[in-house]
Amino acid sequence: MSQSANDVVIQAKGLTKKYKDFVAVDGIDFEVKRGESFGLLGPNGAGKSTTMKMISSVSQRTSGELKILGKEPNTHGPEIRAHLGVVPQKDLLDRELKVWENIFTYGRYFGLSRKFLKGKVDELLEFAQLTEKRNAKADDLSGGMQRRLAIARGLVNEPEILLLDEPTTGLDPQARHVLWDRLFRLKEQGVTLVITTHYMDEAEQLCDRLIVMDNGKIMAEGSPAELIKQYSSKEVVEVRFGTDKNEKTAEKLAGLADRIEVLPDRILLYTAKGEELLAQILESGLHPVTSLVRRSSLEDVFLRLTGRTLVD
Amino acid sequence: MITQALVSQAVLIAEKRRNNPAASVYSGRARMMLERGVYAAKSSNWLVIVSGFFEPVFYLLAFGFGIGQLIGNLTDGNGNPVTYAAFIAPALLATSAMNGAIYDSTWNVFFKLHFGKIYQVMLSSSLGPLDVALGEITWALLRGLVYSLGFMAIVVPLGLITDAWGLLAIPAATLIAFGFASFGMAITSYFHSFQQMNWLNFFLLPMFLFSGTFFPVSVFPQWIQVIVQALPLWQGVELVRSLTLGIIHWGLLGHVAYFVVMIVGGMWFTTVRLRALFMR
Ligand SMILES: Nc1ncnc2c1ncn2[C@@H]1O[C@H](COP(=O)(O)OP(=O)(O)O)[C@@H](O)[C@H]1O
Ligand SMILES: [Mg+2]
Repeated sequence: MSQSANDVVIQAKGLTKKYKDFVAVDGIDFEVKRGESFGLLGPNGAGKSTTMKMISSVSQRTSGELKILGKEPNTHGPEIRAHLGVVPQKDLLDRELKVWENIFTYGRYFGLSRKFLKGKVDELLEFAQLTEKRNAKADDLSGGMQRRLAIARGLVNEPEILLLDEPTTGLDPQARHVLWDRLFRLKEQGVTLVITTHYMDEAEQLCDRLIVMDNGKIMAEGSPAELIKQYSSKEVVEVRFGTDKNEKTAEKLAGLADRIEVLPDRILLYTAKGEELLAQILESGLHPVTSLVRRSSLEDVFLRLTGRTLVD
Repeated sequence: MITQALVSQAVLIAEKRRNNPAASVYSGRARMMLERGVYAAKSSNWLVIVSGFFEPVFYLLAFGFGIGQLIGNLTDGNGNPVTYAAFIAPALLATSAMNGAIYDSTWNVFFKLHFGKIYQVMLSSSLGPLDVALGEITWALLRGLVYSLGFMAIVVPLGLITDAWGLLAIPAATLIAFGFASFGMAITSYFHSFQQMNWLNFFLLPMFLFSGTFFPVSVFPQWIQVIVQALPLWQGVELVRSLTLGIIHWGLLGHVAYFVVMIVGGMWFTTVRLRALFMR
């Protein structure tokens, strides 16, 4: 097995999934390299989970090509799944079992020995910071703990690729940061991460490279920094004049910025120098209710590409 | 912690099976489902399990010894006299096997499919749908077997098994439990509402009462007899009763064949259905 840094572990060409006549994933091309952290960013219904299910070799593609570690999912499903760790969007823990039993039995499904699993379970409980909860029922854990248990379970077969579908959706900010920290550690250990999310901050934090998806198609691809550079300006000025005035005021601002986006609740002005632009606005005699200068984010990239916000 | 350079054991285990027939649906690890069952059972509600066992026992006491007093003896297929209790005991043994298997393979499977959602997770490991089907069906059949062994432990001391062939009632009960477990899981996998599940109960009660359990089907007009004889419980009752009364003939193999078809068919449909539900 070649282990070079540019080793491609997932390769998709024209990957398509139809449910009856509805096209959920519409001919997407991407590659994931060994050891990188790859993101699928997009709003609800973009086709992220569907793509993940095809990668996890449980869902069969309608057309196109897909190779996982050089293997064909349609014919080598069980083998491919042995290489993968899957953390589904809904945690889908086994609620009839205790915390440690969830990891243990999942390991047994892969055929791993009880002896091996004894040590492995302890190690993973430690990693997921659940050692104290080992004998609790999975159902009695908090949301963040359940998600960490799902990750620990996904790691039991020592996967080369960990697939995480919306790993922090529904978690409070603190639980999110604990989880991000665990994912960073996995990345340091060389595990390839594939993460779907509709949070642009999560994508920026966790992903080396990502694709932006909408309606089953890829809108753009690159590192967070590249995407921002390519599709947005360096800084953004956000101003609010009140819901009924935004539209009208925007006309007056038109010439000042490189680009302007009018949202129902605010106006976004794209520019290299935010503070200067804001000063200009104030000088011209306009008085926004609130104003804010910030750096461009993936949210702006998404807005540019689709004309819509990611989270509504 | 993660040994990147080495292929993990899980992969080696999976690769070994690459060229086996049906490798994509069967990994040969259905027993892991039983292990899971043991862990889950440790903390489940034992009262429910025990009460299911007592149902046929109560019927035996109430009908066999209560009503049996009023009825007196019947004659078996060979024209020999047989007490009413000895007449219904084998039928209730077959019913025990059915009940145990049906509980787990229908209601419990229904909950796992729609609320516990554990099959999805199992199928994201290197298990295949046939492992899951075989594992769940075996688990259900074990409950049927436990019920019928318990029932034997009651009826044998009471002298209700009159022939040495009666020992074969145990493998027969296993076969019956297997058949019902397999068929039960298959049909449950096509149901998606409680209403449909209640239809199952609606069907099971009359089948229990009229499958030659408490009286011979010869009391029915011919066309009803044909319907009853097509039902799996009648097939099971006939098989076990013939064995416990020592009426041995080649026709018994027909009953065996009936259950073999039920087992294979049920497992096939369950596998197909699990694939359709979770691997499409
Ligand atoms: N099993 C299914 N049957 C029919 N439509 C589906 C199924 N799964 C997903 N879809 C549809 O496909 C689209 C993409 O879904 P999904 O991949 O879950 O999106 P995301 O994860 O990005 O929110 C949605 O419109 C969804 O309703
Ligand atoms: Mg999703």
